[in-house]
Amino acid sequence: MDNAGVVARIKSSFPKQIIAESEFRGEQRITINKDAMLTFMRFLHDDEELNYDFLCDIVGVDYRPRKPRFEVVYVLFSMRDFHRLVVKLPVEEGEEIPSVIDIWKTADWQEREVFDMLGIRFEGHPDLRRILTWDDFDGHPLRKDFPLLGKDFDKKFDPDTIKVV
Amino acid sequence: MAEGKTMVLNMGPHHPATHGVLRLVLELDGETVVKVTPHIGQLHRGIEKIAESMNYQQVIPLTDRLDYTAASLNNLGYCMTVEKLLGIEVPKRAQYIRVIMGELARIMGHHLWLGSHALDIGAMTVVFYTFRDREMIMNINEELSGYRLTPSFLRVGGVAKDITPDFIKYVREFVQWFPKAVDGYNTLLTDNIIWRKRTMGIGPIAAEEAINYGFTGPSLRGSGVAYDVRKAAPYCSYEDFDFKIPIGENGDVYDRYLVRMEEFTQSLAIIEQAIENLPEGPVTVDNPWVLNPNLDDVMQDISALIRRFKIQCEGPQVPAEEVYQAVEGSKGELGYYLVGDGTAQPYRLKIRSPCFILTSALPRLLAGVMLADVISIIGSIDIVLGEIDR
Repeated sequence: MDNAGVVARIKSSFPKQIIAESEFRGEQRITINKDAMLTFMRFLHDDEELNYDFLCDIVGVDYRPRKPRFEVVYVLFSMRDFHRLVVKLPVEEGEEIPSVIDIWKTADWQEREVFDMLGIRFEGHPDLRRILTWDDFDGHPLRKDFPLLGKDFDKKFDPDTIKVV
Repeated sequence: MAEGKTMVLNMGPHHPATHGVLRLVLELDGETVVKVTPHIGQLHRGIEKIAESMNYQQVIPLTDRLDYTAASLNNLGYCMTVEKLLGIEVPKRAQYIRVIMGELARIMGHHLWLGSHALDIGAMTVVFYTFRDREMIMNINEELSGYRLTPSFLRVGGVAKDITPDFIKYVREFVQWFPKAVDGYNTLLTDNIIWRKRTMGIGPIAAEEAINYGFTGPSLRGSGVAYDVRKAAPYCSYEDFDFKIPIGENGDVYDRYLVRMEEFTQSLAIIEQAIENLPEGPVTVDNPWVLNPNLDDVMQDISALIRRFKIQCEGPQVPAEEVYQAVEGSKGELGYYLVGDGTAQPYRLKIRSPCFILTSALPRLLAGVMLADVISIIGSIDIVLGEIDR
């Protein structure tokens, strides 16, 4: 199935889910809204024609100071058609998004990583702990207001200037 | 057994069979594993964060340190991602050199896997043979780039320089020698009754479940799914080469072993075809927005001089777009998700590490197995902690 066919198929079942769509270098990307997101994701996985049975990657991006601040990107792939679909979900700071772990088990650690690196919480994740940093680590390293050289954990820093106060 | 009668055993982070600094907390009922909790992150260097402060060419040596057993493949994935964002295609000769470097790296990665996997299970001899042959590839890397383990030879827009006659000679020597070496590995292990008893029927995973857990690479192909990025979405001239994707049936440790053993031969076939059919021509794109303009032009032409200055000081500028590009790493699908913001530095670089995903399935793979099989299963999914922790 080609990109246009995929979008048409999604729109016929979920007309209101897609809020933006674009294509770049042959790759189809859609931006969705959070309402009914879990049903939508399950549809992408289960639907006979789409069959996105493989979740490549979950990427969190911090667009500070833009609102909504974050974007969580799901890179989906169909093992049958070898077709890739990029699903983007805008997330506001402090907002919880549903976990897709029941649909793709591989989401387990990927969501934990997004939580650890960017501080986005996943609702319904059974074990949302830090994964790459240690348990009592303060802050989320891949946020744009986290200093590149790391933090001096004894001193406070100003998130706006990213300098030690 | 009643509640509270299980024993908790801490395996790692400094354990030779965990292939790095992986820590497993095993809950044991006698010798049977009840529950596994992997802990990672001891090797976390924040490569994704560091990359945000560098220009696109400077990130390349960082990617070498992901899967350091097959460094050129990481370079390949990264360079192709940036090139996809820039919308450039490198010349055919550069693509062939990349393929040769990449496949040599894959063989190198499989060498380390085979040696240490066999060593974990108790077959000590194999590691000496694999490291002997790995040395040949290291010498090839050294001849070309000056570095043995982490060549950093690829560049955004091509490769660092043209290959030397000695490189071709060494690669040909390796191509001639290596089939004999693979026969040797097979003689040592494939029909070895102890090896078979330790690996057959251990840690099986069905195809559908493996896909759901995000398996890729030889670990997925061992379960019988013929998914290889090189065939599914050919990149870097892989469509020019004639090679097969070996697949297994049962998805157990032995099948994953067989798949990788066959990949030795297939990778070698690709290298042979590439080195014999190496096209003539330049090894970098002729694009002054990406790489330095021709030095003669710089001397004659003011605009070329300015471009050289800009490229030297800032590096290539990419459009404010985002792309995902996957290549077949030696462990599985190695993907890069790159967000550009119109400047010369990546806004966000996410690395899809196949080992990270495979390790996340360890609680499923290890539940209910014997303690001695834990190390053979960890060996069979072939993880490298540099790539897991990034």
